[in-house]
Amino acid sequence: MDQILSNISLLLEFPIVNLKIVIDGIMIGALFALSAYGLALVWGVMNVKNLAQGDFVIAGGYIAWWLAKNGVHPLLGVPAAFIVMWGIGWGIYRLVICRVIERDLFTSLLATFGLAIIIAQILNLIFGSDTQSIALDYPTLYFADGFIDVPIAKLLGVLMATVLAAGVITFMKVGRMGQAIRATAQDARAARVLGINTDKVYSFTFSLNAAICGAAGAIVVMVWVIQPFYGITHSIRSFVIVTAAGLGNLPGVIAAGLGIGALEQYGAHIFGIGYQQAVAVLLLLLVLLIRVQQQKRVRKSLQ
Amino acid sequence: MKKLKMVSWLASGLLLLFSANSAMAQDCEDLILGSAISLTGKYATNGVHAMNGYEFAIQKIKEAGGVKIGDKCYNFSVIYYDDESKGDRGATLAERLINQDEVQYMLGPYSSGLTKAIAPVTEKYQIPMVEAEGASRSLFNKGYRYLFAVLSTSEQYLASAITLAAEKSMESGSTPDAVKVAVAVENDPFSLDIRAGVLEDAAKYDMKVVIDEQLPRDLSDMSAILTKVKLVKPDVLVVSGHSKGAATAVRQIEEQNVKVPMIAITHCEAADVVGNFGAAANDILCSTQWAETLTYDDEIFGTAAEYELEFKAAYPEYADRKVPYQTAQASAAVYVFKDAFERAGTLDKEAVRDAIAETDLSTFYGQIKFSEAGNNIAKPMVLRQIQDGEYNVVAPSAFASHALNWPRN
Repeated sequence: MDQILSNISLLLEFPIVNLKIVIDGIMIGALFALSAYGLALVWGVMNVKNLAQGDFVIAGGYIAWWLAKNGVHPLLGVPAAFIVMWGIGWGIYRLVICRVIERDLFTSLLATFGLAIIIAQILNLIFGSDTQSIALDYPTLYFADGFIDVPIAKLLGVLMATVLAAGVITFMKVGRMGQAIRATAQDARAARVLGINTDKVYSFTFSLNAAICGAAGAIVVMVWVIQPFYGITHSIRSFVIVTAAGLGNLPGVIAAGLGIGALEQYGAHIFGIGYQQAVAVLLLLLVLLIRVQQQKRVRKSLQ
Repeated sequence: MKKLKMVSWLASGLLLLFSANSAMAQDCEDLILGSAISLTGKYATNGVHAMNGYEFAIQKIKEAGGVKIGDKCYNFSVIYYDDESKGDRGATLAERLINQDEVQYMLGPYSSGLTKAIAPVTEKYQIPMVEAEGASRSLFNKGYRYLFAVLSTSEQYLASAITLAAEKSMESGSTPDAVKVAVAVENDPFSLDIRAGVLEDAAKYDMKVVIDEQLPRDLSDMSAILTKVKLVKPDVLVVSGHSKGAATAVRQIEEQNVKVPMIAITHCEAADVVGNFGAAANDILCSTQWAETLTYDDEIFGTAAEYELEFKAAYPEYADRKVPYQTAQASAAVYVFKDAFERAGTLDKEAVRDAIAETDLSTFYGQIKFSEAGNNIAKPMVLRQIQDGEYNVVAPSAFASHALNWPRN
C-alpha cells in the first residue's frame, strides 16, 4: 500500500512522467493493435477465433531477424515478412482452416490451438530457443530533461504500423476485395447469392491477417525481443483488445489497442510492473460486464 | 514427440554401439546413466548445452582409461529422453528411466523447475542424482538425500554485487548504508532466489531498497521500472529475468538513457548482449558460475582454458562463441560420478551415494564439496564486467583479473 501511495506521489511530483507514460503506452499499444486488427478481421469475416495469432507475429519476427542476420536492412524485413507470411497464411488456410470454417466453435479453436503449438515448435527447431532481437543503429530523441525518450527505432516502428493500418483500412473501404470481405462478414450466404466467391474471400482474409501479423512481428523484433514461445503474449493481447473494442468495430480496435497500452503503463507505474497485465485483463472484465448490462437493456426494450 | 523420442533412442543406440566397440579394445563395460533433458521446448538451447557437456565429459573420461571400479573398467553411457521442457513430462520420464530402463544413477535435467519435478522421483527410488543445472535453493531445503548439485545456488548469483557496491561506497568516502538498491526480478523460483540473496546482503549493510518489483514472465518491456529508476536514482540496479530479462534490460537502459553507477544482471552470455547491443552493454556486471579464464584445473580436463579449447574442437558449432558455463558444469557432474564410483569401488548405489556425499574434488570447474543438503559449498560465484565487449572477471577479488569500471558511464 505504501509503495502504491509513493508511486502515485511520484507521478504528482514529476508531472512530466505522465506524458512519458502515455507516449510509451501508445507506442506499445500500436503494435498490439496491429495483430488485434487482423484477429478482428478473421473473427468477423470467418468466425474463426485464431489462437495462433501471436505465433504468426513471432514467425514474422523470425523472418525479419533471419534476413537482417543475412545482411538485409532491418526495415526491409517488414515488407518481406508481410509477403512471406501472406504465403504461409494462404498455405495454412488451404491446409487447415478451410476445413474447419463451417464447423462449430470448438473445432476451429482446437485447430488453431494446434497450429499455435506446431508453429512455435517449428520456430524452436529452426532458430533455437534463444531470445533474439535486431538492434537498429538509430539514436534516441530526448525531451524534457531526458525524462521523455523516444527511440527513433520505436518511432519508425509505430510509423510503419500506422501506414500499414491506414492502408488496410482504406483497402477495406475502397478496394473491390475489401467490399467483398465486408459483404461476406455481414451475411455470407447473401454474399454468395450475389456472386461473391466466399471461399476466395476467406482465403484472402486469412492470408491478409497472417501478413499483417508478420509485418507486426518484423516491427516487434526491432523494438523488443522475440522467442519461439512468446506468441501467447500477443495472442492474449489481441483477444483482450478485440473484445474490448467490440466485434465488428474495426477502427475501434486500433483505439482500444492504444488505450490499453497507455492504461497498462499506468497500472505498471502505480501497482508495480508485475501487475501490468493484470490491468489489461481487469479492463477486459470491466468491458464485458458493461457490455452484458447494455445488452440486457437492449433486450428489455425489444420485449 | 514420438519421433523425437525415436531420435534420442537412436542416438543412445549409436552411443551404445560406439562404446561397445571401444569396450572390445579396452575391455571396459558400459555403465548406464539416465537423464531426462530438454531437447525441445523453451529450454531446448540450454538443454542441448548440458547434453553436450555430458557427452564431452564421457568421451574425455573414456580417453583417460574409463572408470576403474575394483579391477574392472567401465565407460559411461547415458540414456536420454526429451522432457519437452515440461515438469510433469520430466517426472514421468524419470519413472520410466528407473522402472523400465532400470537406470541406477541419474544425471540432472536443465533448469531448477525440471530438477524440482524429478528430484521427488529419484528420492522415492533412492537413485543418486548429480545435477548441474538446477540452482534454486528451494531444492536444498527439502531434506533430499540423493540429490547433489555441482553449481552454486542462485541466491549467490548477484549478492556479490552488493558487497562490491559497499566496497566502492567506502572507497569514495561514504558509508555502505547510504547505498540505495533497486531490484527488478522475474516472478519465478530462480529469480526470486536471486532477489532473496540480494535483499539479505543489502540488509547486512543496512542499505535502503528503493525499488523492489517483479517483472511479468511474458512481457519484454520494463520501461515503467526504468522510469522509476530515473526518478529515485539508486546506486545499484539488479535485474534478473533469464535471457529475455537481460536483453530487455540492456536495450531499454540504453534507450531511456538510465544512469546507475552499478548495474548487475544474469544471463548476459545466453542473451549475447555484447553481440546484440554492442557498446550499450559496456560496464554491466554479469554473474557466472564459471569462466574459462579462472585458474582451476584437474587431471582429466586440464585447466579451464584447456577445457574451452578442447570442447570447441570437439563441437565446432561453438567455435565463434564462448563455451557456456551450463556445458562446463554438466561435464563436472559426470566427473563427480567417475570420482565417486572409483572411491566407492562398487556399483552398489547406496555406497555410491555415500561416496558422492563425501566428494572433495578439485576440477577445472572449481572445487566441489557438498553440504549436508547436497549443494556445492566450495565454489564461489564470479562476477564479470563487460569491458569494451570483453567479459573480464572483477569479483570476488581473489580471482579478479581486471579492475572494476565504476561508476558506470
